[in-house]
Amino acid sequence: MLTTALILLPIIGAIVVALTPLPRAATAGLALLVALMEVALWIVAASRFDFDEGGLQLGTSREWVESLGISYSVGFYGFSLWLAGVTVIVSAAAIGYAMWVGRDRPRAYHALMLFLTGAIVATFAAQDLLLFYVSFEAMLIPLYVLVGVWGGARRQVATLTFVIYTMAGSLLMLASVVVFGVTQGTFSLLESGTSDNVWVFLGFAIAFAIKAPLFPFHGWLPLAYREAPVEVAAVLYAVVSKTAIYGFLRIGLPKFPEPADDLSGVILVLAGAAVVYGSLSAFRAPDLRGVVAYSSMAQMGLITLGVFAFDDLGLDGAVLQAVAHALISASMFLLVGMVEHRCGTGELSSLGGMARGRPVLASVVIVAGMIALAVPGSATFAGEFLIMAGVYDQGWGYSVVVALGVVLAAMYTLRVISAILHVKPGSAVRDEALDLRPGELALVLPMLLALLVLSAWPALVSQSSFTGNDAAQSIAEAFK
Amino acid sequence: MIDTPSVDWLALSPAVALLGASGVALLAAVIVPDWMRKSAAAGVTFAGFVLAAVLAGVVFDETPTPEVLLDGSMVRDQLAALTQVILAVTGAVVVLLSWGERRRDNHGEYYALLAAAGAGMVFFVSAENLMTLFLGLEWFSLCLYILVALDTERPASLEAGLKYLIVGGFASAVLLFGSALVYGATGKLSFAQIAAADPTDDVFLVAGLAMILAGLAFKVSAAPFHMWTPDVYQGAPTSVTAFMSAATKAAAMVVLLRVLVTAFPEESETWTIAVAVLACISLAWGNLAALAQRDVKRLLAFSSISHAGFMLMAIAANSERGAEALLYYLVPYAAMSVGAFAVVAARERELQRPVTLESLAGLGWERPLYGIAMWTFMLGMAGFPLTGGLFGKLFVFSAAYDSGDWWLVLVGVAATVVSLGYYLNVVRWMYMRTGGELRLAPAGGSPPADPALGVAVGAAVLVTVGSFFAAQPILDAAADAAASLPF
Repeated sequence: MLTTALILLPIIGAIVVALTPLPRAATAGLALLVALMEVALWIVAASRFDFDEGGLQLGTSREWVESLGISYSVGFYGFSLWLAGVTVIVSAAAIGYAMWVGRDRPRAYHALMLFLTGAIVATFAAQDLLLFYVSFEAMLIPLYVLVGVWGGARRQVATLTFVIYTMAGSLLMLASVVVFGVTQGTFSLLESGTSDNVWVFLGFAIAFAIKAPLFPFHGWLPLAYREAPVEVAAVLYAVVSKTAIYGFLRIGLPKFPEPADDLSGVILVLAGAAVVYGSLSAFRAPDLRGVVAYSSMAQMGLITLGVFAFDDLGLDGAVLQAVAHALISASMFLLVGMVEHRCGTGELSSLGGMARGRPVLASVVIVAGMIALAVPGSATFAGEFLIMAGVYDQGWGYSVVVALGVVLAAMYTLRVISAILHVKPGSAVRDEALDLRPGELALVLPMLLALLVLSAWPALVSQSSFTGNDAAQSIAEAFK
Repeated sequence: MIDTPSVDWLALSPAVALLGASGVALLAAVIVPDWMRKSAAAGVTFAGFVLAAVLAGVVFDETPTPEVLLDGSMVRDQLAALTQVILAVTGAVVVLLSWGERRRDNHGEYYALLAAAGAGMVFFVSAENLMTLFLGLEWFSLCLYILVALDTERPASLEAGLKYLIVGGFASAVLLFGSALVYGATGKLSFAQIAAADPTDDVFLVAGLAMILAGLAFKVSAAPFHMWTPDVYQGAPTSVTAFMSAATKAAAMVVLLRVLVTAFPEESETWTIAVAVLACISLAWGNLAALAQRDVKRLLAFSSISHAGFMLMAIAANSERGAEALLYYLVPYAAMSVGAFAVVAARERELQRPVTLESLAGLGWERPLYGIAMWTFMLGMAGFPLTGGLFGKLFVFSAAYDSGDWWLVLVGVAATVVSLGYYLNVVRWMYMRTGGELRLAPAGGSPPADPALGVAVGAAVLVTVGSFFAAQPILDAAADAAASLPF
């Protein structure tokens, strides 16, 4: 019931927000209230969740289309509960940011954001292949309009490119879902067995590779990050991309053990390519958003490396890194939005010198940057170290790639920190650009605090994601 | 004394109800005073369609096993009854949608013809021999020829009517010739007897089968027999287009399924391939051509061709699962297609000119409910979740895969990806451009409130979304109906 409530609360909230004719600020306030209630509900769920127990918890299942074996079946494992947790936190921050910016047509905007939240949570909770597909697709409906209506100048091209890219992947996945479901006689992830059909696995893998994105499937990325409203980009890169990781963890590995093993070489290489390509692109991106977006691609590559390491270290590290990256990437995007809001541009060449007279902004950017570049002692360092150690067994070359990713992360993050804060004051930085307001600080601070907690205690996530500290085994047993 | 066969009036009752409504509506055009002519005709027709739906529902309930009626000319089974329910409900919604049409005269004739066309389709889907099949086809086609050309003051409407008449007449001739060849080869007219007969000449039989297939493919507007569709859909009054796109297609698809499965089981290896090829051509041509359209009615016409492709895919599966998938598909499809044309009609009445993509600009913000409805229909047609369109595609794909046509699944997936290009384009125009940029203004001020149209759109949204959440009951009914076919 709790899981269903977690899915339905934002969706019902969306309908209420869409239908209630309130003034602008009140609409946004109502949406934020719903988002915060969702966070509270997640905390309740987490407190009821027995992390030592493992297995599916808080589950419900109801028949939906019996003749094909489709059911409404939801529930959480340790790792998916964490992913849902960052989803609700990031959404609340994004909705708060939209409220602060005062987006036009607030009823439609906030209703779509809440609907998006519900769809993402449903994706992380789905225990039925078709329900997973439905929620995976349902995320696209609000994203299409959110980018297309509230985005930048080339928003319409951006949103169409994004949707067609992801839909192409999703429809291949639909073909795979059909084949898998019909062959197994059920779509339930809890009841179905494994399959050794490489083509079916490929359908899933391509869909996830586009969503992540891995190296040659990132064509939608450059347009989307430039044109999306910054808080939508935060949700997109921080949590929507994590549904790919959930897909690999819940469907790719447990349902297709042999194909996943056979193709792991290819996927590891693509993920490694994403790390290198994303990092290099981030290093030479001319604007703030570019740096954050491409660094997300690199991080998603790292996480995928961890997933396909197939061992406990890699899998634990992947989940830890996914949680930490969601928080850090959302914080960075919101900070980028705040800087852009002050200076009217995100071009690195026209920024600089913002540290002078803006101590709060400087401190927050430095803290976020330090976590992003995985300074030893941070949660991201813990995650990247686990991935590096885990993927070593698959080949030392991959560990080198991870190390390279860490080094490059330091380079592009330091570049962006100094481009914002140091050097000489840029042309777009005027004296009227003030320090962070308390309201803005309140949006970013909770996420940074969560990251600091995780930095002090990374085992909170990494030791509670899979049953009994044995990630690979629980995946091999298909979470039974 | 002539021997008259016993008549099962219950089985005939949906058609009789609609014929009665048609007659009363026609009388209303003459007897009833001018000011209440429209409401009387529309009311009677609406009641006729609702009554037909209820009666068909009763027949569905009371017919556990198929029965042949009237000396083997008709069949009473759940397949026919379920289709009749879909047709009658569609007709009732189309009456609501027609209410606000600004037509100077011809109200009585319009509604009488609509009911008569409905009666023809209801009769057509229960045909059990080639003669009644042809009769039913001509019956509703003649009504549609006139309906398409009813707006005589618009040249486009007349042109569409003429085009439909010529192409439709040709299609009927092909169908009739095919029937003659089949009769020549087997000496039988009834579907069951054709299947049982030992054909004297296989060439005749296969040629006849091919011509019957072609004749029906015209009616379902499957490519390459679709040439009339865009012009006719564009030129016809929008409410008639809505009726044709949903009801004609549903009726002709079900009859195609019935003829192929009951009359030609021996030739199934031939026709499954032919139907699969038609499906591929329809998917490819419908989707690619739709990408290039600016006129929304034309765009929806090409979209209906591509949907014919999906439905043919279900027929090509030649299995009970395929039949279920087809019948399920028809429910959300009929709702989405009537609903989409209803929104087009709303815009058309507002602007008093043909609706192009440009003239949809800003619709989503100006008329939020119509906007959300159109959004739902477009996403549904593209197979997005939260609409029955997704399950329609899913069931069709699983039926195709189950029958070993995995390549058809891939074609369907590719076609769906292409279709996003134009379905999302409609959403883009509605929400991402505003009317102000293009200086669109309602002709003669705001249009009069049209609650009937609102109800029609609402009902369509309800079915589109409801068929997603309550897929199982529809699928159960479809399974019962599919069980009346001899697989």
